[in-house]
Amino acid sequence: MSVYINGTAAFISQNTLNFNEFQKGLVEYETDFLKTVPVDYKPFMTPIEARRMSKIVKDSIVAAETALKQAGVTMPDAIICGTGLGIITDTEKFLEKMIDDKEQYLTPTSFIQSTHNTVAAQIALRLKCHNYNFTYVNRGHSFESALLDSIMMLREGKRNILVGGGDEMTPHYFSVTKKTGFWKQEIVKNTELFGTKTSGALCGEGVAFFLADSQKSKSTHTELVDLKLFYKPADIKEIFDTIKIFLDANLTKISDIDLVILGNNGDWEQDKIYKTLQETIFEEVPQAYFKHLSGEYHTCGAFALWLASQIVSHKKYPEFIKANEMKTDKINTVLIYNHYSNINHSLFLLKSI
Amino acid sequence: MEDLIHNLKKQIIEALNLEDMKPEDIDAEAPLFNEGLGLDSIDALELIVLMEKHYGIKMENPNDGKKLFYSIKTMAEYINSKK
Amino acid sequence: MRIFVTGTGVITAIGNNTAENLDSLVKNKSGIGKITLLDTVHRNEFPIGEVKLSDDSIFKLLDIKEPGAYTRTALLGMKAASEAYLQAGNLDKRKYKTALISATTVAGMGKSELYYGKYLHENFSNEYIKTHEAADSTEKIADFLKIKDFITTISTACSSSANAVMFGARLIKAGIVDRALVGGVDSLSKFTLNGFNTLMILDKQLCRPFDNSRAGLNMGEGAGFLVLDSEKTVKTENLHVLAELAGYGNANDAHHQTASSPDGYGPYLAMKAALELSGLNAKDIDYVNVHGTGTPNNDLSEGYALLRLFNGNVPPFSSTKANTGHTLAAAGGIEAVFSVLALQSSLLFPNLNFGEKMNEFDLIPNLNLQKNTIKHVLSNSFGFGGNDTSLIFSKI
Repeated sequence: MSVYINGTAAFISQNTLNFNEFQKGLVEYETDFLKTVPVDYKPFMTPIEARRMSKIVKDSIVAAETALKQAGVTMPDAIICGTGLGIITDTEKFLEKMIDDKEQYLTPTSFIQSTHNTVAAQIALRLKCHNYNFTYVNRGHSFESALLDSIMMLREGKRNILVGGGDEMTPHYFSVTKKTGFWKQEIVKNTELFGTKTSGALCGEGVAFFLADSQKSKSTHTELVDLKLFYKPADIKEIFDTIKIFLDANLTKISDIDLVILGNNGDWEQDKIYKTLQETIFEEVPQAYFKHLSGEYHTCGAFALWLASQIVSHKKYPEFIKANEMKTDKINTVLIYNHYSNINHSLFLLKSI
Repeated sequence: MEDLIHNLKKQIIEALNLEDMKPEDIDAEAPLFNEGLGLDSIDALELIVLMEKHYGIKMENPNDGKKLFYSIKTMAEYINSKK
Repeated sequence: MRIFVTGTGVITAIGNNTAENLDSLVKNKSGIGKITLLDTVHRNEFPIGEVKLSDDSIFKLLDIKEPGAYTRTALLGMKAASEAYLQAGNLDKRKYKTALISATTVAGMGKSELYYGKYLHENFSNEYIKTHEAADSTEKIADFLKIKDFITTISTACSSSANAVMFGARLIKAGIVDRALVGGVDSLSKFTLNGFNTLMILDKQLCRPFDNSRAGLNMGEGAGFLVLDSEKTVKTENLHVLAELAGYGNANDAHHQTASSPDGYGPYLAMKAALELSGLNAKDIDYVNVHGTGTPNNDLSEGYALLRLFNGNVPPFSSTKANTGHTLAAAGGIEAVFSVLALQSSLLFPNLNFGEKMNEFDLIPNLNLQKNTIKHVLSNSFGFGGNDTSLIFSKI
């Protein structure tokens, strides 16, 4: 059985509404964290419908319904979402009010919205979809767990799985998490991210949704050949070995890969793993970056999959994602390798149809 | 009464996050729930807190809200009766 | 492929392990009482089901060697998960790929709410910033038990850990892993207590599931885990089997963000799906461990769903939430353990605090401890976002 991506939409700091628009040029920012572009919700929902939704919920609904429409699907057999942080805007709103007002005059809206499965639930509610509905919340494997579950669902005979992931960042939560040193302490230009010599990643946010099915259709972007999740590898050798076993299992040689998309996030320390791979096994492979577009967040793997799907279906990619000078005359096979904080590592293998 | 109705409208727009709506868009006598403005049970809980916070009226049973929150006007009348 | 339960672990307000929980269930004990550990203005207002151990005591009990930031959520999870894992036996992980599927809704909120103001307004930072994320407690459990083949966390409100059980079974059937440690954990926090209070669904008295006068739930905390093994592993390693996981089903009510539909359509669909997968008929079910939170809405909706599924002949059922409180993401895992205990001990657990049946129907829960042969148990867990899951456990 094969897995096809028959519809997809994503929102990050760039113009991702359509690939041609996206390709025209990198939108430059000089910022502490990359924020998702404003999304026009009006064609999708009334102000009354939107009244309780924070940006991530609205963005997710628009992305999910766009992916469904592309694939011509009205009722998916499953809705599966991933989020590292959940709805942090509402979590923060309720928490801050509770602390400031000493547990008085609290109202339910932000508490209800703060529930991690809000996005999957809202989509089901809008579609009146009674089918399987799951949400994974496992740091850098939140979206990837959802995607693995989708593949399992298709193998179990289900069709048309709506799968997506998203995370949002707020100024307050950014200022709190910045104290851990995980984010860059200084303001940077996203265009110059990979030239920085400082520690800390460029923070970001975004959502991406997909319609995955076991059957090809007119709208098929790509085939998702395989997905591998691995946790806290002991050393770089384990990473090498895992990549090799993954490619072998899929009868793919390194030289078959037309593009490898890598999760470098601008952190001098964390990027060492990618750099080692770039200089060794992937030395002869055309390489690309994506986190100067999306920034780092738990579910940015979903954006990487959107990007790879678009590249495979359009058979081209823009200059501004290139990470080396290697060229290819065809784009049939794309590999994504990403890790979150050296905890959650992921490999995605895509092929053209 | 007119001032109270106007204030209530403003407070409801803020509490329920009814973006793009102005007080004059809401008919004081129209139903707030279902076919009227389209509010639901979660909004009713928001209105209960609004009544306590702005008017000092405490409601223990969420079911009491149904009649009181029929429209802005019924809310205003209830507030006046408690003064 | 058949999936078997080879280990259970549980910690709740009525006991710190499986044996203590069974003892309390048999003795009609409730662990719900006055708030003692949580520092809240509602201290004297709402009864609550606290685990009767401080964080320090659990830390010492577990003999944790690795220094680090351990939230109460992580500690409760580690306690129950390691109990289940040790009972099943620590098989060679090179030979048997092992997964950990945990679930939580509150995650590290207990620490976040303590420090958030300081994080935000002062030049203050500590290692609990990172424990806010839901995966933290799962990673703590995984690293404690040295599980690394596959790890994930599910958060679907109050059905979370029932969904972890379901996903673990599917992972084994898919051949991705050989065995799975599955369940969930939630600790009490001011955030969730106040959240449920804004929804006006907390009872100031002891909760009364399926009673006509029921007025809401009592919150609880805890963790419940199972070890699931494939038939092949059980045979090869000669493992002691506690029960079979015969069926599972997840459905969405798609009715309202928090409330259940009046006719319980989602709950009905979840139970029906579990039944279909198990190949059993409704009349084969001997006992239902209902979700039974004690809120007016849940019990009404669940009651109608039961009547529909069983065509009016509802088997003996009870809610154990009057014993433990509603433990949110942990409830499905804890009640899965209770379901296995019911099968093993041939006991129908009573539904505490029941006085009068509901006006709407003639459903009376099981009121006294009964010794009876029980072959098949259905366990329900329903959550916000219309997330409904049912599990079926069978006697071996």
